[in-house]
Parts: sequence; C-alpha cells; structure tokens
Amino acid sequence: MASNFSIKHQPGFTAIAATCFVVLYLPIIVLVIYAFNAATSTSEWGGFSLKWFQSAYQNTQVIDATLRSFQIGAIAAVLSTIFATMAALATTRTNSYPGLTFKYAAINQPLMVPEIVTAVALLIFFSRVKIFTGYSGLGYLIAAHTAFCIPFAYLPIRARLENMDLTLERAAADLYATPWKTFRRITLPLLWPGILAGLMLAFVISLDDVVITEFVKSGGQDTLPTYMLGQIRRGITPEINAISTAFLLLSVAIVTLFFFVSRKRD
Amino acid sequence: MPDKPDRNAIEVVNVSKIFGSGEGQVAALDKVSVSIRENEFFTLLGPSGCGKTTLLRLIAGFDFPTAGEILLYGQDIAPLPPFKRPVNTVFQSYALFPHMTVADNIGFGLEMLGKPKAEIKARVAEMLKLVKMEALAGRRTAQISGGQQQRVALARALAPQPKVLLLDEPLSALDYKLRKEMQIELKRLQHETGITFIFVTHDQEEALTMSDRIAVMSSGKILQVGSPWDIYDKPADRFVADFIGETNFLTAAISGVANGRARATLKSGAAIEATVADGFQPKDNATVVVRPEHAKLTKDKGDLAGTVDNIVYFGTDTHIHVHLDSGETFTVRQQNSRSAGCGFERGDKVGILIGNDAAQVLRD
Repeated sequence: MASNFSIKHQPGFTAIAATCFVVLYLPIIVLVIYAFNAATSTSEWGGFSLKWFQSAYQNTQVIDATLRSFQIGAIAAVLSTIFATMAALATTRTNSYPGLTFKYAAINQPLMVPEIVTAVALLIFFSRVKIFTGYSGLGYLIAAHTAFCIPFAYLPIRARLENMDLTLERAAADLYATPWKTFRRITLPLLWPGILAGLMLAFVISLDDVVITEFVKSGGQDTLPTYMLGQIRRGITPEINAISTAFLLLSVAIVTLFFFVSRKRD
Repeated sequence: MPDKPDRNAIEVVNVSKIFGSGEGQVAALDKVSVSIRENEFFTLLGPSGCGKTTLLRLIAGFDFPTAGEILLYGQDIAPLPPFKRPVNTVFQSYALFPHMTVADNIGFGLEMLGKPKAEIKARVAEMLKLVKMEALAGRRTAQISGGQQQRVALARALAPQPKVLLLDEPLSALDYKLRKEMQIELKRLQHETGITFIFVTHDQEEALTMSDRIAVMSSGKILQVGSPWDIYDKPADRFVADFIGETNFLTAAISGVANGRARATLKSGAAIEATVADGFQPKDNATVVVRPEHAKLTKDKGDLAGTVDNIVYFGTDTHIHVHLDSGETFTVRQQNSRSAGCGFERGDKVGILIGNDAAQVLRD
C-alpha cells in the first residue's frame, strides 16, 4: 500500500492545488488582459488596443526609470557575482573550520534580515555618507543592490562548486598547473554555468527590488518598480498594466534562460 | 632494456602521517620506510584503510607527512606542492577534464610545463599511438568508454615523462575481462616507457601477476617487501600469509634454525623441513604455513593424519578439507583430470604429505 501512495489521490488535493493556481495566476492574467484595454479603466473592457504600450513607450519617465533599472541591475549583478564567486570558492575549497558556519550566515544575511530593516539602516548610513562626501549619484543604489544580490548569486555558484569533482583540480596540480592556472583552466570553465546562473538571478532580483530602492534613492532616481509604485498612488491606468506586462515577459525570458543555462550541466 | 645499476627512484624514510588531533588521532602511516628501485613495477598491496593510498598521496604531494622524508633520486620532495614534483598520477576515477578533448587532456601536463606547441603536438600523437587511441583524439572524454578513459588517463600521466608514475587502483572500475587486458597493457607500457611505476591495489591476484616487487601493508605499516614469489611462498607473518592466497596454519615446535631453514615438529609428531621467515625469534610454538597446492593427500600414513570433511569442486582443481586428528583443519588442493574423480570421499581416513620445500615458519 505504501508503495502506491500518491499525494494526488489524497482528498482535497485537487481543490487546494486549483485554489493555489487561481490565486497565483488569475490576477496576473487579468492584469495582462487589461494591458490591451482600449478604455481608460482597469476594470471595464473597452475593446482591444495596443495604445497603452505605445503611451508607456512614449513616456520619458518610464523609459528613464527602465534604463536606470537596467543600469543598476547590470552593474550590481556583475559586482555581486564577482563577490559571490570569490565567497563560494573560499567557502567550498577549504576544510571545514570553526567559524565557517558563521561565514555562511554572514553571506546569506540579506535573505534573513527583514528587508525593511536593511532599508532603514542603509537610509540612515547613506545620509551620513552623503553629508560627508557631498556625492548623491547612483552609487548608493548600486552598492545597496550589490549587497543584497550577493546571496542570490552565491547559491547557484556554490551548488555548482560542491558538485564538482575535487579530483579534477588535484589532477591539474599533479600535471604541473599552479593554483592560478588550475583555476583558470579547470575550475573557472567548469564553474561558468553556475556563474551565469548567479548573474541572471542577481539581475532579476535587482530589477524587482522596491523596498530598499525606495528608501535609498535620491530625488530623480526612480527605478521602474518605484516609478510604478508612485504612479499607482495617483490612480491606476492601463499604462501600468502595459509596463507590468512588458516587465513580466522580460522576467520570464531571463528565468527561462537561467533554466537552460543551469540545466546544461553535462 | 639495458641493465642499469640498482638505483632507488623513491626512498621513503620513517614517514608517519597522523590525521586528527588529541583523542581522535589516527596514524594512517606509522614510521614507514621503503625503497623503490628505478624502472621497477612496485605495488603497494593491502586491505582498505591500510595506508597504501595515503602513502601514494604523500608521494604525489596531495598531502604532507607528519614526520619523515620522501626522497626522489636523493632529493627530499616531501615539502613540495604537487605541481613542482616530476611525478604523475593515474587516478582511480581517472579525473579526466570533461571540458577538453582527449588530445587536450593528454597535452595538458606538457602545456603547463611550457613546452613549445610543436613538441606538445608530437608528444600527444606519440602517446595516442602508445595507448592505441589515435582515432578518438578529438572526442570529449564523456563520449568514450570506461576502458578508453583509462587509456587516456594513462597517456595523460605518461606524456610529461614523469620520473615516477603513481597508479591509484586504476583498474578497479573496469569489468573482469577488461581488467585482465589492462593488466597486460600496463606491464607493456611500463616496459616500453622504462618509467618507475608505483601501483596501489587491494587485489592480491593483480599484485602477484603485475609486480616486480610488492609491499604488503596493514594498519599503517609495511609488513613485508619482496617479489611476488617471496610474498606468496615465503610470507613473513600471519597477516601476509592470510591476505595472499589461501593457506594452512599449523602449530609446530622449531629446532635447528640455520641458514634460513629449520626442522618443524608438528603436533602429529612428524618432523618436516621448513624455511624460516626473516626476523624469526626462537620460541616453543611457532606457526608454520603450507599452501594447499604444496601438500598431497594419501590413503596411507602421511605427515599429518585426519578425516575428509568436505570436498569442493572448482573446475581446474578440487579443494579437500581435512579435519586433522590434532584438532586443526587443513585444505589440500588437487589438480583435476577429466577421466577420474578426486579419489576421496567424505569421512575417509587420510594422510597428508608435506614436501621438503613446502613449509614456511612465520615470525609471529
């Protein structure tokens, strides 16, 4: 009997699963449908139209915020992936020692500390720095995004390193490769899919952030999500739906790419 | 191959390797000393956990001894990292680089040594020919069979012409037939390249068929070093006698020890000629070993007397287990013929004849 156990045949399974899917996807489907609404309402259908996509595309604020999001995301993703790669190497290519668990915790801190706490802390810290340096550019946002993206980049890289056969590095050393050459010729090429996955994940996480960005940004530094939040406060038009839909497609594209890259293991 | 004066390629001097600290300390190697000669096929043989792989890792440089020296042609290499030792390894898992072709794998060591491209190319071609893998030079290592991977691993380790080649149970992943083939292949490669091979295995048959000399290890110590013949026919102690092949243990009183020979008086009262292990200390009751194929069963009176307990047919030969009147057990191995049975039945009263050159007195 036990070998035939299947969760699918438990009472209520279908109902619970269906509820979950509805709650998850129905709002998104509605949002996407109303992005093509010809009317100005997000609840009354007025026929099919692409005009909200066009209006979003012609809205310089939207374009500015999008470009800023990409800029911050790209730089933060690259920086955090570099740090995450170094951290992953340092925490997997070593014998276990007291304090190693603490280091894992420190690296993964952004996953555990409530985001709002980090946001407030950064707000206070950066305001001091701003007074001392007089600098108020995008650097603060990039630094904040880099910091909270590190654990997301770290996870796939570390998983890849842990699955790698350590004998390969030993074999390279046996064949006269110095530690640096071993890294360049053996470890890095084999780690590459993990690094790419980490990079994409970090980019998506950065693009998506609202809370920390909202607290850290200076005037005129809206990213796409904080711009959308600001618009919604003034009332929703299908333009927001159109932007969200475009954003959704982009995320799906990146996640799909991530899936294929991380699946290309062998 | 020209005769060379016996030079030692590797000298292991009083090497200890201790893992852990305090209460949990384990001595993987306990003051081990051994010399391995140039051009020799030398085997470290022992059960898992005996320290053979640890010793190999110390020679390769993947680990460092707690105490002692490892000399390569007189120079202490123990503190050097692996990439500074002219010693290459064939790994148990082969450890081929999955993102490179067969040819790139083989050329890797030479490339790291900074050899010119033309020389690498020539040497790789030569190695591919040596292991008969020319046709698969451009393949990825995941696209070739286990036996082929084994050949590539060998070629890769031999390509930089190491002073010593280390082989860590390289045949254990192969099936029986392929393993037999590779045993012969390895002997051929060793002969053709003239490189000193240090081979680690737990398979006594493999050790006996391939080696020039064997070191039998147990619990971090080397118990005996010698030719396969020495190890098989003149085991020094109980562990070696028991680990290699099958054998009979008898208790005997030893007298007249001289020139490595002695008289052994068995419990049955019969006295037989025996060779004596090095390091034997005279004592009342010593252990004598006799291989099953070096004894003969007779219906008349022999050196030992007993009753046939069991008869086991093995195809090429038959094992006859005898319960001795002294209470000990003894197995005789008898060659089979097609026309006749073994000539004995369960319950037969039998005598056992032990030849003049069949018995060895152990040191413990």
